[in-house]
Amino acid sequence: MAEYIIKNGFVFDPVQGIKGDKSDVAIKDGKIVSDVSKSAKVIDAAGKTVMAGAVEIHAHIAGPKVNLGRIYRPEDKLFTCTATKGIERTGSGNSIPSTFKTGYEYAKMGYTTAMEAAMPPMFSRHVHEEIRDTPIIDEGAFPVFGNNWFVMEYLKNNEVENTAAYIAWLLRATKGYAVKVVNPGGTEAWGWGLNCLSIHDPVPYFDITPAEIVKGLIEANEYLGLPHSMHIHPNNLGNPGCYQTTLDTLNLADGYKAKNKFGREQVMHITHMQFHSYGGENWGNFESKATEIMNFVNSHKNLTMDTGNVTLDETTTMTADGPFEHHLTGLNHLKWANCDVELETAAGVVPYIYSPDIKVCAIQWSIGLELALLAKDPMRCFITTDHPNAGPFTRYPRVFKWLMSEKARNERLNTFKNADKVIAASTLGSIDREITLYELAQMTRAGPAKSLGLANICGGLKPGMDADVAVYDFNPDKPLADPEMIETAFSRAAFVFKSGVQVVTHGDIVNTGHKRTLWVDAKVKDNPQVMRDIKEKFLKYYSMTQANYEALGHHFVPNPFALEVDATQA
Amino acid sequence: MTKTVTDVVCPFCGTLCDDLEVAVTDDGKQILDVYNACAIGAEKFLHSQAKDRITRPRFQQPDGTWKETSYDEAADYTAKMLAGAKKPLMYGWSSTNCEAQSMGHEIAEMCGACVDNTAAVCHGTTLIAVQDIGLPTCTLGEVKNRADTIIFWGCNPCHAHPRHMSRYSIFPRGFFTGKGHKSRKLVVVDPRVTDTAKMADIHLQVTQGQDYELLNAFRVAFKGEWLPDVVAGIPKEKIIEAANIMKAGRFGIIFFGMGVTQSLGKNHNIDEAIAVTKDLNEYTKFSIMPMRGHYNVTGSGEVLAWQFGYPYSVDLTRGFPRYNPGDTSSIDLLTRGEIDAAFVIGSDPGAHFPISAVKKIAQVNSVCIDPHITPTSGVSKLHVPVAFVGVETGGNAYRMDNVPIDCRKVVEPPEGMLTDEEFLTMVRDRVKKLKGVA
Repeated sequence: MAEYIIKNGFVFDPVQGIKGDKSDVAIKDGKIVSDVSKSAKVIDAAGKTVMAGAVEIHAHIAGPKVNLGRIYRPEDKLFTCTATKGIERTGSGNSIPSTFKTGYEYAKMGYTTAMEAAMPPMFSRHVHEEIRDTPIIDEGAFPVFGNNWFVMEYLKNNEVENTAAYIAWLLRATKGYAVKVVNPGGTEAWGWGLNCLSIHDPVPYFDITPAEIVKGLIEANEYLGLPHSMHIHPNNLGNPGCYQTTLDTLNLADGYKAKNKFGREQVMHITHMQFHSYGGENWGNFESKATEIMNFVNSHKNLTMDTGNVTLDETTTMTADGPFEHHLTGLNHLKWANCDVELETAAGVVPYIYSPDIKVCAIQWSIGLELALLAKDPMRCFITTDHPNAGPFTRYPRVFKWLMSEKARNERLNTFKNADKVIAASTLGSIDREITLYELAQMTRAGPAKSLGLANICGGLKPGMDADVAVYDFNPDKPLADPEMIETAFSRAAFVFKSGVQVVTHGDIVNTGHKRTLWVDAKVKDNPQVMRDIKEKFLKYYSMTQANYEALGHHFVPNPFALEVDATQA
Repeated sequence: MTKTVTDVVCPFCGTLCDDLEVAVTDDGKQILDVYNACAIGAEKFLHSQAKDRITRPRFQQPDGTWKETSYDEAADYTAKMLAGAKKPLMYGWSSTNCEAQSMGHEIAEMCGACVDNTAAVCHGTTLIAVQDIGLPTCTLGEVKNRADTIIFWGCNPCHAHPRHMSRYSIFPRGFFTGKGHKSRKLVVVDPRVTDTAKMADIHLQVTQGQDYELLNAFRVAFKGEWLPDVVAGIPKEKIIEAANIMKAGRFGIIFFGMGVTQSLGKNHNIDEAIAVTKDLNEYTKFSIMPMRGHYNVTGSGEVLAWQFGYPYSVDLTRGFPRYNPGDTSSIDLLTRGEIDAAFVIGSDPGAHFPISAVKKIAQVNSVCIDPHITPTSGVSKLHVPVAFVGVETGGNAYRMDNVPIDCRKVVEPPEGMLTDEEFLTMVRDRVKKLKGVA
């Protein structure tokens, strides 16, 4: 493999504590190395910013609900198609881009790893087909567990070991990466058109509460010692006053300590916190509770979170929170798609327009930024748009601009149609913090990588790590003349390397690399009871056979990369 | 001695049963019997064993006779035809696996082709309605485990999806439906007294072409508003009775077929049926599902959507995807004479398109990829027989509820025969050379 040396760039690497020093990054055989031979190809990064490839911790980019969005929104393609160009396949779509476009766009922004945030286990083969067709970036997918019949039955009887054995089996069968929980219990209730809006609402028939499901899954996750923690989208998303449910959920992690060999410290990752930080009793007195939420997160080291920043675009919401999407279509009267999945989960899709002229949307925008700016530890608070729910991932550079420039965000804040009311509903206007490039590298690289248990693999530039490197046309030494320069620079990286292969040059795709599918292979003690239960459920209640359930074979996972966990001694 | 292959997936209809067992000879070369399948599915496996099967590509001669050729020459011809055409049509895809579809799309992108599947003459109208209003749906296991109200509208699963009722919708005893069919109400809406209608608790014999009116009347009935004495041939009392059954159930579903998608009103019928479903979710839990026909027509829509953004009738002639059914759909392209080459795989437009469109296929350079001799192969210049997907090769397929199931290889294809994917890969490599793509 080729050798490269990226010379004279301003390097930002939280893993090694490098804060913009001018130094060189050397690449050999797909890894970062301390030195290369004289024949190494020189990449001139003088006057440029150098970071590790960015890590996306939560996005909906592959699978049945994403594709349902593509199928039912031809309007999302309007003016967004790109023609075949060199090695780039044609692309289409804005909030739900085609798989090829998804891979290219991430790479062009310097992202090299991304996690599909909600995989319905029964559809894992579909998710993996799309991941296969998403070029360049390494991807993993989180199967959903929070409304799974096995999980609810085991946890009702406090059978953590059985839950763990089932999780290990399902991760293997679906080639999944982590334990995802969406509206625990509420989505099962949605099977009957109902919901669980608090952590103590019992799930119909199963007679277990969301709180018990969450605690049980944390315990099972730590029993196995998985790379990532339990990753949760709490109950009561998106409703005025929901922050109380969020605080209740966060409290459930109290007393738990991470147990794993990957360097992960949290036991719970709360995703798209923006949607869970709402105060008020109705849309009239809707307000931000970001301060309350961040006070809690800042003081609890066993939590990580991502923001879910609203980008003020027309987008497509999609979630395994089936009842929420039904609620949303009632609010905005746009087309509603839903799919309930037997024994496991559900999903809904509704288009949404975050208009700057609508007060609530502008407050949502404020809350997302407020959360990131109130975070005391950037290694525990990551930037996402919950793509495409709060906005397309292609808007990350714009979010960076708002976070890194007070001027840029105040310009936006002060020109909202309802600026007075929007400013009054949050503390954003009084925050003068500007995220630094080092903090940005923490929030988009080292932080998410550590949370995912990938701290030794990606998110940093330490010798021995994967050579995922992004070089941006951004000179941190020069005074920032115009905040737009941030957005421009981070939209199109000058150079991007993925596992040591140069994939982007001056914003163009030059190589599609060796994309990998990340999954977690957890070994547990033989558990005949769980194996019998699985067999029985397939015989009696699934509509397909157990033998056809697993995502097996080259056409689903052509280039697997398994993180191994041994819980046989647990 | 024989051996039995289990968990075999049936490559016939959108029900995609995956519990078949197939007895094969010890050498794995011959199928002896098929268990658990319906009559149609079993026949699909058994007729692959026909001794007089075509096993090599063949060119049609001017006098209508056929001349055998090699796969290499067939791939040369196909590649040259597609690469040289201004606006080639690549139609079908519904009876092959997703890997072949994917390979075909790569070719289509290089050649600027129009890619379309059988939804164009089937559930394409459903897709248009879904783009208009959405789709509350579920997997078939949800129906098995929860549903107590089943509506078949304009479809006849007794004959078209023979195991649908026993596996998913009427008879199975699921988690919350321990009494099987005794715990389910069946409403059938059909102008004909079909075998499915004969099983119904309520058969609404709608006047042909007035499905929209009846669906609309249901929405009125749910709200308890005024109705005329008779709508679409159904007395008001009967409409209200059926409406109350739907509202009273705990979990209901509407399955619908060609009777509503391709009769008067087309996509508007489906619009209204989905609106009925949405309305019912104010009272109870309700879903709706199209009864997709070919075993992998759903998969073709999925692969097209994730690669190009649209589920059918995709026009790549400008180098990027465009979609405008009525303009970019196969029959319209053919009858307007815009197509200068036709490539057909995994379907039989010769038997299902209007004769005016079929004549156009006969007039241009054409290739038909199909294990069988069909009306389409009959009008094509080149016929390429291939191995049967789901019998002689595996590959992924999508059930009518979008659940992907990987098909199984049960026996070896006849000596020297290629699969769809293998043949398309040969064509792709040749097109790359012709187009000068690295």
